[in-house]
Amino acid sequence: MSILTLKSVSKSFGALKVTDAVSLDVQAGEALGIIGPNGAGKSTLFNLIAGNIKPDEGQVFLEGVDVTQRTPMERVHAGVGRSFQIPQPFNHLSVYENLMVAAQFGGAHLGREAGLFCMCILSETGLEACARDLAGGLSLLQRKRLELARAMATSPKLILLDEIAGGLTDGECIDLVKTIRNIHSQGTSIIWIEHVLHALNSVVDRLMVLNFGKILMVGGVDEVMHAPAVREIYLGIEV
Amino acid sequence: MSDQKNLTRLLQLFALAGLALLFLVPVIGSRALVQDLFGVLTLFILAQNWNLLAGFAGMVSVGQQAFVGVGAYAMFACVILLGLDPVIGIAVGGITAMILAIPMAFFSFRLAGAYFAIGTWVAAEITRLCFAQWKALGGGTGTSLPKGTTKTMFGVPEIKSWLGGSSSAASDALTYWLALILALATLIAAWLFLKSRMGLGLQSLRDNEEAACSVGVNPTRLKAWVFMLTAFGTGLCGALLFIQITRVTPEAAFSVVDWTAFVIFITVIGGIGTLPGPIIGVIVFYFLQRLLADYGTVYLIVLGCLGIAVMLFARRGLWGLFTEKTGLELLSLRQLPPEENQAH
Ligand SMILES: Nc1ncnc2c1ncn2[C@@H]1O[C@H](COP(=O)(O)OP(=O)(O)OP(=O)(O)O)[C@@H](O)[C@H]1O
Ligand SMILES: [Mg+2]
Repeated sequence: MSILTLKSVSKSFGALKVTDAVSLDVQAGEALGIIGPNGAGKSTLFNLIAGNIKPDEGQVFLEGVDVTQRTPMERVHAGVGRSFQIPQPFNHLSVYENLMVAAQFGGAHLGREAGLFCMCILSETGLEACARDLAGGLSLLQRKRLELARAMATSPKLILLDEIAGGLTDGECIDLVKTIRNIHSQGTSIIWIEHVLHALNSVVDRLMVLNFGKILMVGGVDEVMHAPAVREIYLGIEV
Repeated sequence: MSDQKNLTRLLQLFALAGLALLFLVPVIGSRALVQDLFGVLTLFILAQNWNLLAGFAGMVSVGQQAFVGVGAYAMFACVILLGLDPVIGIAVGGITAMILAIPMAFFSFRLAGAYFAIGTWVAAEITRLCFAQWKALGGGTGTSLPKGTTKTMFGVPEIKSWLGGSSSAASDALTYWLALILALATLIAAWLFLKSRMGLGLQSLRDNEEAACSVGVNPTRLKAWVFMLTAFGTGLCGALLFIQITRVTPEAAFSVVDWTAFVIFITVIGGIGTLPGPIIGVIVFYFLQRLLADYGTVYLIVLGCLGIAVMLFARRGLWGLFTEKTGLELLSLRQLPPEENQAH
């Protein structure tokens, strides 16, 4: 069964077509990686999936249900959890409270059980020590972790991760990969936008390459990484 | 750290002592003091409700006088048309105000920011004009409570025989105690609400609406709750106010200056978006009024200037300034992780 289906979704900002007739099918339990140069429209695609932006054309389906007109809030309840590329913590709430909002409103957790659930996620994402600190005082790396943790706290069926591995040390990166594999092993579907390819490729089943708002290629990790068209795009940036 | 804890304890003790003293005022204080403090307490109730609405839920309403007026008129209707005790009229006033909040929310929730403010004001004006048509309650010229109503209402004879003095003094004492209880109940209810799941959702919305929606918070539902609850509190207070005033006119009951403008100043000066803020604001208001009582409305000018200064230089009001400087907190809204609850 597919958890997410995009049918020819398009979005323009003024004259700039940022998402150009993108069609995509993600199976339940699958982990999909998205790569592509800066400005390719990756984050915009997440905004379209999570409902923060409405498409000009095309439809978004979650588990076969058309959610194109649904609000972000309704899509969270339908099982989409997201992180923001630029972290958006609740600055005046503690790290723990940030997760409690997500667990109690996005997930169906209540009271004390919600508290224990959040502490589990905090220890898994290495934020346990700053549970009581205000989120506004966190470092950028910690904020990124909080994005991941807060998305996890909504108990999503599909989690959208936007560039959460940048700037990590090797050790931290290994921990992060472990955490994401763990989410994956629990049956959660994952779509992960990432420039740190070795981390990404060690988790995902498939890779999708986005360029100028169009899907350049979708396929297995090896297949995509060795494709000449992909190497050409990435040559100027990485590899 | 432990120094701070001790200071917080001290602050809490001060607050409790102040509260005990307030309860004793009708027994030990003059009648004028009772009446003055009744005004202060009711202003605090209105301010705390507005604070919840504007400071925590981001709905800057300039139409709260609608709920004061409706509460007052509902109480008068209970007494004059149904022959009920005024004290029962208070409850009816609160409920009626909450019912009025439903159509008002439908109308004003379509508006945002400044338009919301203007929309609530317009709605309040329309409500005032409607009540001015109610002939049974005096229409545009208003009406008074039947003679002797407040002297025989619930509890007054008992208070009179207990305290001695006149029936009017006993009636003042009763309304004072009701105001004190309502003030305390408002503060505690606001604190419990903000510490609850809904309160946390509200605080997340205030910090970052997009992120809050993206973790499943429903802004409209939360705001509707706050709008209804604060209408209820404001309506209760309106009914209580006019039991003490004993006379109602549309102008007095729906006065934007008395029931909303002062209240905004008090909240802003004390600290908008903080629970102790309105307490501080109302204390400042009271002392300014006393200090400048001989100079007519000068205190209003001073109050206005103070309000502007605070808005410019201390966005979180005097209480915000105080907590920033000292790190002390009262009525903290922080929620602790479960492990630490176990440890103690
Ligand atoms: N709200 C917006 N209004 C106008 N233009 C936008 C908006 N959001 C994104 N864009 C533009 O759309 C293009 C794609 O942006 P997007 O953030 O989706 O890229 P991206 O692939 O995530 O890039 P990066 O790797 O840098 O994160 C960019 O040129 C960006 O400037
Ligand atoms: Mg991006």
